[in-house]
Amino acid sequence: MNQTTKSRAFLHDAPWRLWTAQLAAVLSIELKKNLFRRRSLWIYFVAFAPVLLIGGLAIYSPGIAHGNLEGDTITLARTFEVYYLRLGLFFGCLGLFTWLFRGEIVEKSLHYYFLSPVRREVLVAGKFLAGVITSASLFSVSVLLFFSITYGQFGRAGRSFVFAGPGLGHLFAYLGTTVLACLGYGAVFLALSLIAKNPVLPGILVLLWEIFHPVFPAMLQKLSITFYLKQLCPVTIPPEGLMALFTVVAEPVSPWIAVPGLVALSMAVLVFASFRIRRMEISYLAD
Amino acid sequence: MKTNDKIIFDNVSKFYGEVLGVNRVNLSLPPGITSLVGPNGSGKTTLMNLMTGLVWPTQGSISVLGMTADRPEEFFRYVGYCTQFDSFPKGVTGYEFIRQSLSLRGLSGAETHRLTMEAIERVNLTEAAQRKVAGYSKGMRQRMRLAQSIAHHPTVLVLDEPLNGLDPMARAESIALFEALGKEGMHLVISSHVLHEVDRISDQVVLMSFGYVVAEGMIHGVRSEVKEHPMQILVRCDRPSVLAARLFSQNHVVEAKLNTDGKGLLVRTQDADDFYLLLNRIVVEEKLVLEAVAPADDDVNSIYQYLIGGGGGTV
Repeated sequence: MNQTTKSRAFLHDAPWRLWTAQLAAVLSIELKKNLFRRRSLWIYFVAFAPVLLIGGLAIYSPGIAHGNLEGDTITLARTFEVYYLRLGLFFGCLGLFTWLFRGEIVEKSLHYYFLSPVRREVLVAGKFLAGVITSASLFSVSVLLFFSITYGQFGRAGRSFVFAGPGLGHLFAYLGTTVLACLGYGAVFLALSLIAKNPVLPGILVLLWEIFHPVFPAMLQKLSITFYLKQLCPVTIPPEGLMALFTVVAEPVSPWIAVPGLVALSMAVLVFASFRIRRMEISYLAD
Repeated sequence: MKTNDKIIFDNVSKFYGEVLGVNRVNLSLPPGITSLVGPNGSGKTTLMNLMTGLVWPTQGSISVLGMTADRPEEFFRYVGYCTQFDSFPKGVTGYEFIRQSLSLRGLSGAETHRLTMEAIERVNLTEAAQRKVAGYSKGMRQRMRLAQSIAHHPTVLVLDEPLNGLDPMARAESIALFEALGKEGMHLVISSHVLHEVDRISDQVVLMSFGYVVAEGMIHGVRSEVKEHPMQILVRCDRPSVLAARLFSQNHVVEAKLNTDGKGLLVRTQDADDFYLLLNRIVVEEKLVLEAVAPADDDVNSIYQYLIGGGGGTV
């Protein structure tokens, strides 16, 4: 039997119903952990910091908050690219996804999963999905609130920009980019946590790579998450000084390549993580 | 799929870097209660972790009832493992802890609830089930982990130091539970330092030292193979001095010591079978009134002392 026939037979005989039920069970356990534990408060703060800032500004200094619609559209785009994409989502996903397995090792509870009849690949998928749902929902709500506050203060003009102009398209692009960022960063950090005992140093290396990838050859740039994300942002930020390094895309690709490219990159990293976890051993003392 | 009823280690070695876990282990454990005995660091936990896929062998292979841990869907339907890690997922109640682990088996909600309650009742923790595990005593946590490992009705149950932290009452209850599970046909592998308690219920024993299996088999069989230490047998009868005089003429009897109360005799012999035959003959010929005959060092504790603790011989 050749490899293709074997794979087909495996997929045909695989217990999909059991795997789906197990995936749902892992999701339920992990979502509770990610969203409702005291330890999770930090991610709420990271996700909603810009909303608190702009919301506070809108409430206490409405005069200052009032700019012009075009200017605020650029401010929103800049906030999204600089804060959400490069800081909030990056560090949010770093903390969340590296903790999915590392946290269980620190708390010495990973063996409960490993001693259950759950295939480790299903466990990776379940934990990853829970991380994506957690981060994507928190950051999407934050982006939605930031967007609403930004245009809400312009009254009728703001509503017209959103519902009769390009606003709604911008919003969907921001939300889509947020979800893709969670997918991309999430896969990378999950895999990192299965390689390194302390993910901080590799996390810093990834951060440096994501910041400085534009100075590398075009081929290498495609291995960066931010490379794809930047191109999905709906508003082009005028290049100014040093910021140009982070915002300008030298060789842009279309969204039709950027989205599948990012998804493919994330899936490749996840497949690697699945191989990695297959032979993972429980040795809490060594950790 | 189950293909046999044995736990088989085939030339298994495990190294943690350069540190030896276990070396060249060949075992075939039949159903019943098996005790893993050995000092700290002898490789008992490594053997259990290897059996359940928490660590992988550097060399060799392991199968449990013909299955391997790299196919967890079927393997963990039949296998339960109560580790010695005294840790739980954060913030859970005892009920949630067991229910969560059962939910990973793809069971219905009602079935999950039923099995959870059944397991909790089995370890007598029904009243504490809805309390957070963080507030449990060490013994309660131990019992809750035991409940989690038996909740799905495994065929093979692996227990790493299951009596640690239990008070005498809980210890007696746990041993009674192990005994009951053994009688139900379960395959129990237990490691423990409380040898005399485990000894009472064990069908076979595996003695380990420095990562090697020093002896294995039925306790009595292992004991009779320890030739360097003659068997000690206690005989209580009405005229022990007569018995002693007759025994001294035998080559295999190396010592016969009279008890201070004048009613008993401790015999050390190199051939227990010959001794029992001879004893029968003497009792008939001398018309002795025999009260009791019992081996004094035919237990795990003594074997442990002879083979590991006392720098004794090898089998």
